[in-house]
Amino acid sequence: MANKVLMKGNEAIAEAAIRVGCRHYFGYPITPQTELAAYMAKRMPKIGGTFLQAESEIAAINMVYGVAGTGRRVMTSSSSPGVSLKQEGISYIAGSDLPCLIVNVQRGGPGLGGIQPSQSDYFQATKGGGHGDYHLIVLAPSSVQEMADMTSLAFDLADKYLMPAMLLADGTVGQMMEPVVLPEERPVEFTEKEWAVTGTKTARPHHIVNSLYLVPEELEKKNFARYERYAEVEKNEVRYESFMMEDAEYCVVAFGIAARVSKNAVAAARAEGVKVGLIRPITLWPFPKKALAEAADKVKGFLSVELSMGQMIEDVKLAIECRRPVELCRRAGGMIPSPDEVLEGIKKLQGGRA
Amino acid sequence: MTTQILIAGFGGQGILFAGKFLANKGLLEGRQLSWLPSYGPEMRGGTANCSVVLSDQPIGSPIVTKPDVLIAMNLPSLDKYESAVVPGGVIFVDSALIERKVRRNDVKAYYIPATKLAQQNGIPTLANMIMLGKVMRECDFVSYEGIEDAVRTVVSAKHADLFDVNLRAINIGREIE
Repeated sequence: MANKVLMKGNEAIAEAAIRVGCRHYFGYPITPQTELAAYMAKRMPKIGGTFLQAESEIAAINMVYGVAGTGRRVMTSSSSPGVSLKQEGISYIAGSDLPCLIVNVQRGGPGLGGIQPSQSDYFQATKGGGHGDYHLIVLAPSSVQEMADMTSLAFDLADKYLMPAMLLADGTVGQMMEPVVLPEERPVEFTEKEWAVTGTKTARPHHIVNSLYLVPEELEKKNFARYERYAEVEKNEVRYESFMMEDAEYCVVAFGIAARVSKNAVAAARAEGVKVGLIRPITLWPFPKKALAEAADKVKGFLSVELSMGQMIEDVKLAIECRRPVELCRRAGGMIPSPDEVLEGIKKLQGGRA
Repeated sequence: MTTQILIAGFGGQGILFAGKFLANKGLLEGRQLSWLPSYGPEMRGGTANCSVVLSDQPIGSPIVTKPDVLIAMNLPSLDKYESAVVPGGVIFVDSALIERKVRRNDVKAYYIPATKLAQQNGIPTLANMIMLGKVMRECDFVSYEGIEDAVRTVVSAKHADLFDVNLRAINIGREIE
């Protein structure tokens, strides 16, 4: 068995990124993701990489845009207010069809909000926080192991589909320590990409990275082509975990830390004889619509558990085409629902259908 | 078996460090575990607490809301978390800093003047490890065997000189009847 080490979630992202060949990090400090930037500041100079604390989040994301254009693995990280600032750059990167990794270790909002964990950037991450028609691949880790694994996966998917990927974590998963098996160290190999801006040496035509298309027919064509790729992502890359769903009569839907809390509640409900299971979306975009639609054929109702006023619940309702009732168990502003609160939600759901 | 441990006290008492020690001990024993600190403004002088879950099964929530074991290193922590301990649970109280007794009678309570003992033994910053020594004497969710390895892991290479004193602090706690 590979060696398990004890690490914080934020540190696991940083070390995993380095091991899968990321040598360029740009960021600006913010709680509760600071350990990630601190780790990069320590490690990158020792391995010939770039760590740069930019003058602002906006600068950092545009530095990411620049490196992404050269075809090298690059990332930034922040927490909610900082990620809001990055939205313009993210839209430009998506509009230029470039891969990169953006990490959001969410905290309570809106505004400057607080520093405690939250999931209230779900809409921003999955519906396009910036302007224009685009999507990010959005992965929702719920353990330190997944922080490492999904960093690796996010880079691979971003490269494969030429689009930015986002890790949508939260303060709890960022700050907690768990044993983790880190990904194998990959050699940093650089293969010239047919679109990368690396200097022509006057030996080839220019490659141009751009998101400006003033001829509407041309821009429309670009968008249609991009959405064909998105359709491939939706077809191939949906990931979710199904927990105790085999005989379930009720289905809890939760991601990240909310799913961890919900598992305790599901176990407690099962101990009381309530047949309940959990579907945990691992990809928030693409959303596991089919899994939920199939669950709707079997269960009597759904409970969406969120660290927000209720955002993912809209996607749950859409996925099941409102064929079953969907209730909400929520805490907001940095608060986390307790297993008891989730259990209460499950019982309410059960009562409502009796 | 799953054990939920909550360690709480002032910032600066080594609350998170004590949790890290238990987490590393669990890791060395091949257990499943999670360690979750409180973070934010309270770290700078106010209350600090740390959730540690040790289990033989995958761990659900890393947030300890109903501790099996509470280690209270100041009065606000005992006031806040005493009622949350599960019936049959255990509370360890630093009686050098907390004058009152545990009010519940459905939990087991141990009173250790850890802060005083630490000062008397010339290791004033290690009341946390004295508490853990007593915890390991009374509870079996981690084993005393292999304690040196765990101390070595958690005392970073930079502070290797602190290995002996940490081990001594644990043993002081462990010898308290």
